[in-house]
Parts: sequence; C-alpha cells; structure tokens
Amino acid sequence: MNEDIYHRMTRSIMEGEEEEAVRLAREVVEAALKPLDAINLGFMPGLERIGEQYSCGEAFLPQLVMAGEAMKGALQVLEPEMIKDGVGRELAGIVVLGTIAGDIHDIGKTLVGTMLTVAGFKVIDLGVDVPVVSLVEAAQKEKADIIGVSALLTTTMTNQRDVIEALEDLDLRAKIKIMVGGAPVTQAWAEEIGADGCSEDALGAVELARSLMAAGKRSKG
Amino acid sequence: MKPIFSLLSSDLVSQIIEEAFQLLMDPGIKVQHQEARDLLVGAGANLDEDQQIVRIPESVARETLDTVPRQFILYDQAENKAVQYGGDAVHFDPGSSGVNVLDPETLEHRPAVSEDLIKVIKIAEGLPQYDAQSTALVCSEIPKEIGDLYRLYLVLLYSRKPVVTGAFRAQNTQTMIEMLAICSGGRKALAAKPTAIFDVCPTPPLIWSEFGAQNLIELARAEVPAQIVSMPLAGVAAPVTLLGSVVQQAAECISGMAIHQLARSGSPIVWGGAPAIMDMRQGTTPMGAVETALIDAAYAQVGKSFGFPTHAYLGASDAKIVDYQAGMESSTTALIGALAGINMISGPGMLDFLSCVSPEKLVMDAEAIAMVKRAVEGIRVQTDPLAVGMYEGIDFKGEFLKQRLTGELFQKEQHLPSPVIDRGSIRTWESAGRTDTFQRARSRCQELLGIYQRPALPEEQERELTKLVSGLAGRAGLDHIPTFER
Repeated sequence: MNEDIYHRMTRSIMEGEEEEAVRLAREVVEAALKPLDAINLGFMPGLERIGEQYSCGEAFLPQLVMAGEAMKGALQVLEPEMIKDGVGRELAGIVVLGTIAGDIHDIGKTLVGTMLTVAGFKVIDLGVDVPVVSLVEAAQKEKADIIGVSALLTTTMTNQRDVIEALEDLDLRAKIKIMVGGAPVTQAWAEEIGADGCSEDALGAVELARSLMAAGKRSKG
Repeated sequence: MKPIFSLLSSDLVSQIIEEAFQLLMDPGIKVQHQEARDLLVGAGANLDEDQQIVRIPESVARETLDTVPRQFILYDQAENKAVQYGGDAVHFDPGSSGVNVLDPETLEHRPAVSEDLIKVIKIAEGLPQYDAQSTALVCSEIPKEIGDLYRLYLVLLYSRKPVVTGAFRAQNTQTMIEMLAICSGGRKALAAKPTAIFDVCPTPPLIWSEFGAQNLIELARAEVPAQIVSMPLAGVAAPVTLLGSVVQQAAECISGMAIHQLARSGSPIVWGGAPAIMDMRQGTTPMGAVETALIDAAYAQVGKSFGFPTHAYLGASDAKIVDYQAGMESSTTALIGALAGINMISGPGMLDFLSCVSPEKLVMDAEAIAMVKRAVEGIRVQTDPLAVGMYEGIDFKGEFLKQRLTGELFQKEQHLPSPVIDRGSIRTWESAGRTDTFQRARSRCQELLGIYQRPALPEEQERELTKLVSGLAGRAGLDHIPTFER
C-alpha cells in the first residue's frame, strides 16, 4: 500500500466523503491489504485532524458529523475482515449508547457518539427509545466498557436508574461503567442513582469516558 | 431584500422638508462667518447684516442641493475602496473625541494619553466590523492647540483604514488636510481618492458658527468629504418633539450643504448628526436613549428622500462601566441605525455621554455590530425549493447534520461570533474560568494587540508627517512629540 492511498483515505474522512471512504476500504479488502494499516495510517488520522480542528474552532459540527459518518462507512467494510484475521484495532474503549425507553431525543446523544468515535472509542449507538434490556444485551455482546444513557425528559430520566439496577442484577456492574446525560441530568442525579458520572456536553462526555477508562483499567480479552 | 426600517410616512417626510425650508426663511439661519454669508447672499439669500441672519429661499437652497454628490467612496491607505457613502450601505466606526478611557483593571475613568489612543487604533484595526477608524481620543498630555491634528497623526501612523476625524480650531483644518495629502501623495490624489471625512458641527439651534462655516468652506474647496453633525437637543436646544428636532436637523443640514456647495459645487458632503433627547431628571443628554435613535432613523429617512449619504451617532451608551445597560443601549441603537440604512454609524466603544472610550467595549460592540449586520442582510433564499427535498433519508430522525448541504450552507446562514460571545455549555464555561463578557473582551483585546502589525508607511512620508507635526508641537510649547515603538 502506498502513501497515496493513505492520503486519499485521510482526505475522504476530512471531507466527509462517505462513498469515497467506503470505496477505498473495499479496495483494501480486494487487494488483500492489511485493514488495520488502512485504519491507523489512512482513515483515523483524518478523523483525528478534524477533531483537532473542531476543538480549536476551525471545523464545525457538520464537518465533524460527516467525517464520523465516513469513518463509520469505512469501518463497516474493514471490521469484518479484521475479525476474520483475528486482529483488533487499538481502541480507547467500547461504548454502548442509547436514549432511554420512552424518550426519542437524539441529537445530544448522537453528538456524544461522534465525539467518542473521533476520540478513538468504538461506539455502538442503539438509537432512541431503547429498552433497558437492549442496552444491557448489547453491552454484554460487545464487551462494552461503558454504557451511555441519555434522557431529555424529567419523566424518562428516572429510567436511567433501571439500567444500573439491571446491571447489578446480572452482576455486571463492576465491569461496566455507566455515564448519564441529557438536559435535566445533574451530577447530583448521577450520584443519587449510582451512575459513574455525567456531562453537560459532548466534549465533556469524551473527557468523562477517558477518565472512566483510566479508572477502570481492566484489560479486555 | 434589506429590512430597511421606515419610521415616517412619505407625507410626513414632505412636511418635515417643507417646514425645514420655512425655518430657513423664518427665523432664518444665523451665519457667523462673513464669506459664508457672502456666498449665500450671492446665490439669492436675504441678509440681516446686524443680526448675521441669512434667510434662504427654498429655490436657492434646492439649487445648491442638486449638486451634492449622491454617493462617494472613502479609500484606505492602499487605495482600496473601504466605505461606500450613499445608498443603503451600512458602516461603523468607533466613536470620536473621547477624553477619558475606562481602565479595565480599576474601572476608573481617567484622562486619555497617546498610548490609549494607539491601543484603540490597534484594536479597531484588527476588527473587520469597523470599516473606518476615528480619531477616538483626545490625548491629555498634548497641548490643546494641536490636540485635533495630533490624533490624526497617530491614526495615520498606526492604521491603513480610512478615518472619520474633525478639526477643533479653524487654522488646523488646513494642516490636517495637508497631513492626509502627504500620505496620499498630494492634494489632487487626496481629492480623487479621499482617505478621511471631517465632522463639521452647526450650533443648535440654527447657527453656523464662524468655525463651523469656515470648516465647510475649506473642506469643500479641498474636495475632502465633510460630514454635517447636527445636534438638536430635544427640549433644550431644539423642540421637545422628536419630529420638531428632525425638522431642525434638516434645516441645519440644508443650510450647511448650501454654504458648502456654494464654496465648491460637487464636493462630497454627508447628511448627519448626533442629536439627543434631554433627560429631564438628570439634565443629561442620553446617547443611548431609544428616542435619540428614533430621531436619527427619522432624519436619515429625510436625507435619503433627497438621495444624500447619511451619518449618525449610535452604538454608544451612557453607562459608566461596560454592564447590561451598556450592551442594551449600544446594540439597540446600533440596530435601529443599521435598519434605517445609515451609511456611517459612529459611537461604538463609548460610554458616559460620548466622553469615555473603553477598548473592551469596542471589542464587545464589534460583536453586536456583527449581529446587526447579519440582521440587515436579512433572510436569503439559499435553496429552491426551500425545504422540500431536504427530507430524503431523514426518516423522522434529527440527522440533518449528516446532510452535505448543512455543511455547505450553515456558514452562509449563520454568523459565528468570536469567543467574546459565550455559547458554550455550562461545563465549558466553568472550565474556561467562569468569565463574564468583559473578561472575555479583555482577553480578545490582548489577542488583537498581540497580532497587530504596524502598517508600513513609506519612510519619506512618515518623516514629512512627523516633521510637520513636530514643528507645530514646538510652537505649541511641546519640546518633542512622544515617540513610540514602531
């Protein structure tokens, strides 16, 4: 694989060209090249650069989200190949995300997902109105480090507690951290329900996820 | 599709103009300058010699108004077009002739010195919201005899933008024109591509003082743009009604334009002012009062009915510190002025009835101006159809961020403020030190001063300019003019 294709991969992510990113990922598979190199040397640097530009105010949400989408497209092609080869990419952590059952607010949670992806996390976003059982099952299946639960309504916020209780019932609470978010959610609420933390915004959620990973430091199989 | 704001019906505009012409006949205009009187009488006005009162018939006045240029340009020092006078163009420049500065540490108002003016110039130079500089501060350590021209000297040394300025004494007008001519490469070049405009003030009610009239004549002959700053003070030096003050402003401007055009027809001149109401409790002249802004918007509409370029003093506040009152008065009046389509709005940066300048406020006002300019741009049609067609693949999800169009168009639709405006989450705000707007403006001032680079004035011009100013300073009793880092 030459420099040129890495460069094009980086650019496809930075420009949010999902079709181009997917096409380049397929080229990798067809040429039987190493998917991991494509991710680490091609696609990921594009995402990192957009992330940096975003943090210093040079890039904006639309570019960030488009880059995240392009990255997702590339990973969907490359990850099955890596599983076949038995190699994994180096991850900052694995996060299962969802807006809690009864609540259909999406935007804050989606931004958190994008920002976590940019920061090197693998994100499984289950969408909105997600039953507690789906969150827990997905976390088990994906060997998640963190479950992120969003709620925008004070009425659905109480359901965040159910996720924690379900993990306790299954004896998974020690393994899986819980972060909660959404407009009505406060640090006091997070403490009251026994969550591991909350954040006001997407950038704060990334910091929180990093600190939870550092605190957990458990090795994954 | 500019949302131009028209306060007055066309009938009312006609009545204002009609009454202004009546005032020119009765009581007439007091003109305290021999040559100005001669010019008016020569054109057909009647004179009461003892009282220095000139009565100008409408036909005489109208003839002079015909020759006023309906538009002209101010250029920067690199001869780029920078300010469009005429039409509905809206520009802002910092307020002029403050005597104090607000110390950002102690919040005291202290007399300004050269360093303060230089700081204001540097900050305004880095803010694109200001299309022109002003001679913002009078430097207290400089002898009064050269106070006006010394301010211009500093602006010419530190800025490339055109400048809104003015003389404090008649004999300095020529010197200031000469200084500008040095930078432009001669008086002809200056007249062809003017880099400055001079404020000229009638004295309310209905007086052209010797100094004011002299200024009009000299600027007209030099073909350097003049800007009439009529100051009806509603209820004190003008009728208490807003419309009464608007009529007086019109009469003062028309008579000023007549003198000016008779001195040199076709010379550029602006229909402008700095009116105010009188606060009947405090006996002060609030520039931030909404009625003050209404007078401006109304007289601008009258001026525009003739097609004249317009000016007003708005975007200033009477608060003593940069607080809620300051923001509210400055942005409300700036918005009214911009919606009225006033070509040049002076006043940003100022507090305390135009006597104090705060560099931090200048930075904050720039944010207000950016919002105001966005408002004046109005709502544009970016796509056709407007919305239909943008729902493909949306499937009832809030996923418009994933649309290419969102990335392409959001910066055309939205103005992105500088970090002076806080739109972060409370977490971001707390982790950035829980700053208020004034503190953030202080940081932005430091940042602007840090990136400022002094424009390269050709060495010979700078030497000539400095020689001229030093000579005059010497005669005014100043051994040497202050020198500053270059």
